[in-house]
Amino acid sequence: MSATMTEDTPAKGVVGTRMLRREDPALLSGEARYVHDLVVPGALHMAVVRSPYAHARVTSVDVSGALGMPGVAAAFSGADLAGEWGSAMPCAWPVTADMQSPPHFPVALNEACYVGDAVAVVLAGSQAEAQDAAGAVAVVYEELPAAVDLEDAASDRVLAHSDLSSNRAYTWELTPDADAVTRAFDAAAVTVKERYVQQRLIPAAMEPRGVCVVPQPFGGEYLVYSATQIPHILRTMLGITAGVPEERIRVVAPSVGGGFGSKLDVYAEELLCLVLSRRLRKPVRWSEERSEAAQATIHGRGQVQEIELAADTDGRVQAVRVRLLADMGAYMQLVTPGVPLLGAFLYHGVYDVAAYSFTCTGVFTNKTPTDAYRGAGRPEATYAIERAMDALARKVGTDPAEVRRRNFIGADKFPYASAAGLLFDSGNYEGALDAALELVDYEGLREEQARRRGQGASKLLGVGLSSYVEMCGLAPSRVLASLNYVAGGWEAATVRMLPTGKVQVVTGATPHGQGHVTSWSMIIADKLGVSPEDVEVLHSDTAVSPLGLDTYGSRSLAVGGTAIALAADRLIDKARLLAAHRLEVAPEDLELSSGQFSVRGSPSSAMALGALAFEAFTAHDLPQGMEPNLEASATYDPTNFTFPFGTHVAVVEVDAETGKVDLVRYSAVDDCGNQINPLIVDGQVHGGIVQGVAQALFEEAVYDDDGNLLTTTFTDYLVPAASEVPSFSLGRTVTPSPSNPLGVKGIGEAGTIASTPAVVNAVVDALSHLGVVDIAMPVTPERVWRSIGAAAPGTGGGR
Amino acid sequence: MIPASFEYRRAGSVEEALGWLAEDPDSTKLLAGGHSLLPLMKLRLATPGVLVDVGRIPGLNYVRDDGDHVAIGALTRHRDLEVSDVARGHVPLLAHVAGQVGDPQVRHRGTIGGSLAHGDPASDLPAAVLALDGTMVVDGPRGRREVQAADFFRGFLETALAPDEMLTEVRVHKAPAGWGFQKFNRRAQDWAIVGVAAVVNGDARVALVNMGPTTLRARATEEALDAGANIADAAARAAEGLDPPSDLNGSAEYRRHLATVLVRRALEEATAARG
Repeated sequence: MSATMTEDTPAKGVVGTRMLRREDPALLSGEARYVHDLVVPGALHMAVVRSPYAHARVTSVDVSGALGMPGVAAAFSGADLAGEWGSAMPCAWPVTADMQSPPHFPVALNEACYVGDAVAVVLAGSQAEAQDAAGAVAVVYEELPAAVDLEDAASDRVLAHSDLSSNRAYTWELTPDADAVTRAFDAAAVTVKERYVQQRLIPAAMEPRGVCVVPQPFGGEYLVYSATQIPHILRTMLGITAGVPEERIRVVAPSVGGGFGSKLDVYAEELLCLVLSRRLRKPVRWSEERSEAAQATIHGRGQVQEIELAADTDGRVQAVRVRLLADMGAYMQLVTPGVPLLGAFLYHGVYDVAAYSFTCTGVFTNKTPTDAYRGAGRPEATYAIERAMDALARKVGTDPAEVRRRNFIGADKFPYASAAGLLFDSGNYEGALDAALELVDYEGLREEQARRRGQGASKLLGVGLSSYVEMCGLAPSRVLASLNYVAGGWEAATVRMLPTGKVQVVTGATPHGQGHVTSWSMIIADKLGVSPEDVEVLHSDTAVSPLGLDTYGSRSLAVGGTAIALAADRLIDKARLLAAHRLEVAPEDLELSSGQFSVRGSPSSAMALGALAFEAFTAHDLPQGMEPNLEASATYDPTNFTFPFGTHVAVVEVDAETGKVDLVRYSAVDDCGNQINPLIVDGQVHGGIVQGVAQALFEEAVYDDDGNLLTTTFTDYLVPAASEVPSFSLGRTVTPSPSNPLGVKGIGEAGTIASTPAVVNAVVDALSHLGVVDIAMPVTPERVWRSIGAAAPGTGGGR
Repeated sequence: MIPASFEYRRAGSVEEALGWLAEDPDSTKLLAGGHSLLPLMKLRLATPGVLVDVGRIPGLNYVRDDGDHVAIGALTRHRDLEVSDVARGHVPLLAHVAGQVGDPQVRHRGTIGGSLAHGDPASDLPAAVLALDGTMVVDGPRGRREVQAADFFRGFLETALAPDEMLTEVRVHKAPAGWGFQKFNRRAQDWAIVGVAAVVNGDARVALVNMGPTTLRARATEEALDAGANIADAAARAAEGLDPPSDLNGSAEYRRHLATVLVRRALEEATAARG
């Protein structure tokens, strides 16, 4: 496999360099404009009245008190708006034919099903007036029992919706060969059975959500500004759900301050602003508050996992069997039921396993709906297998690195057809492990650990490994069809060379922090021989970029970037024909280098692409039948997922007296195939690691027994900052993907996927000599202290 | 995150602030750095009718060597205290603790007077001032009075300040050595789950953060030390008689345990520093 991108790529280009991001000056100087920054004269501000009960019948809603408040223009209950909807809110992933999905309306009609479920809206001249008036809406509730705990909800002791017969929404199974699994477990010399809880997480993007819908004065059209990852999908879904013809909706995502999956959704507030602007013929806007975001924006994770390994006495794994309960929350949002399926194929991790079984049951609870959150299914899968591999290592008395080595899919086995049914594109798992162990000085750490244990030191050292593979580049449309997803996985692009030789790129991928503008500019710069600064990247506006499937699942480069490259190749093909015409040679006699076509063997006879663009624009002398202008489009539907991989190593110090865990060192070796901009890759890895560390040590959406969310501010929901992590040691191996012409894989989620089990494995490793084998996430100081006390009574730890 | 409606007034002098405070003391609050009060207002847990901004009153931001003690103006920001040569030289405990409050943004806005007057048991500076046996200088319509730190912190968000009074100065005895401070939290920017400020100069004063409804002294530990107990034995009694809170960061039982560990460490620090 070659690392070069195409035969025409100049040897010295910008691809592969650490170019500073073109996006950053506007973001760092405050010039970037987010939805909340937009000045829209005459707009009404919406405030949402939300249920304070996890489960309640809404007996009556009286908005008259609000209507008398200063500045209030209107107020509505769910019943008042019932006629506005073309359909209930969308779920695009009915994973089974018999999946239960109770109708979900932007404002609840009769029953509120989680704390934060909307029961009324108030519109006023300012945000402050709307919020003041929201407190004057009188709602009478009849409180109902709430299904809060996931496993309790699965028992159907309490129903989360009064019109459901069971909280179990669906059961989805992937067991290609049940007999093989049974045989493997019957024959296994060693088995491991572990139970892990994936706590709920609050995505906490830096910018909360925001919507502003401006009805256009003539023609019944709507301009929808939304802090969304998915303007294209949103447009279609708004059309269906609000009953507005799709072509009358234009969605613009201005600067968007992060999403992590939480803005990969169609939300009640987006629909409300649209239908209320239609009803009132005025712009309607809403800006989410931080505590509101904790309740009204989707949560991530929320699973109880049971994983079993069947192995021989050397720790070679023969079979993996997994059963999940997945917390849907109160309703199905856009892809809620499908999130576990994104991990369903990966519970054997990077290991060569012959027999495989996965079953997941989705369960409704009276809590905020869950949905995709950075990694979506793959962090959960990686956590389970990587924790279980450490358990296996303990059981067979082998070092965790060695047990991984014994089980890796060999570098010579790619493309590798997995027992779960995937075709892993390329990989060298042992190479990444070796590099990571060397980077962190694994042998030295083990010696230091033994020394401290021998001395009875109060600061215990722990080393945790996590070898991962994930699937991204979502996704081949045919595969999505087989998983019952209602859309495809392609991406669209247009490349246009303007008369002055500048380049416009139109992309259907929608950046919200990833650096698409920089990366796309770099790809185009090398393809067309222009400077990256001469490339304008247009995105995130359905009027400018009408076709696209947006940004999530580490798909943008592998799918959207490939579409850009293919469109550029088509533009070059056209330019080549024009150049051949003007230079009076055959097209195949021309070679392209640094944006210039020259005749082979006669380099003085040449034409630059910029000049050809001008010729194509004037159209004074084009070949017979050629259309004017240099422009080409491509829509790329990937043939396979891509499979990034790597090994992360976390090193922790545990204060045996207090239980405090300090992450003192962290090394990550990732392989995302070819890199367009290693600086951007570093940034994704940094942020990803911290987000995974957050799950391991800090973050949890905590509910009380009545279903009240207790972590609604950053005082209680602990998002780690730079002060909580060490400087990371990063390494990279490069195994290009054969699945796309760029040879790229994706890196947006890898850090999050890898780091959580590495950190928890490190903490357990630090305490393993005391007999500790597991600590629930987040691994809080108190939990560590209690684990020490429970494992080794008399050592001073708590009970 | 939008506070209830309120009236804002900016005071140019202590007298002006006190005059406005006297008009309606129960629904008027003084605003200094705002890093405790404004979050409460944004969550609508506090809804004062009038906010009197004292932040720009001149002459209340100083750290002064007054012979046997150091005087600190109520509007002295944490960052100014942290880097003050006078504080570092004569009351290094206070300078150190000021550098542990919140994050840089909080330290550049928050004031010592605001922190003490707020009376939050989870705050660090009240414990430092209590361990230093400080004196609060309070101005009000009945004139100026001085309140010992031991009498100042009364209960949860409750101090000896009357609603019409303003804290204007803090005085602490010089204690250039013999101090220790331990702050235990999960993130550097957080309030302490448990904190300990200890001063050992002949007698020992040990003040605790977040071990009860208000800033407290570890009396059992202090008595044990007075009676000649060693540090480990005295520290083991740190939580005696206390009823610490249980919250998402730690149970009461865990806080009691932490108090014993952290008091020991703070006392070891204090004696090592003295030694």
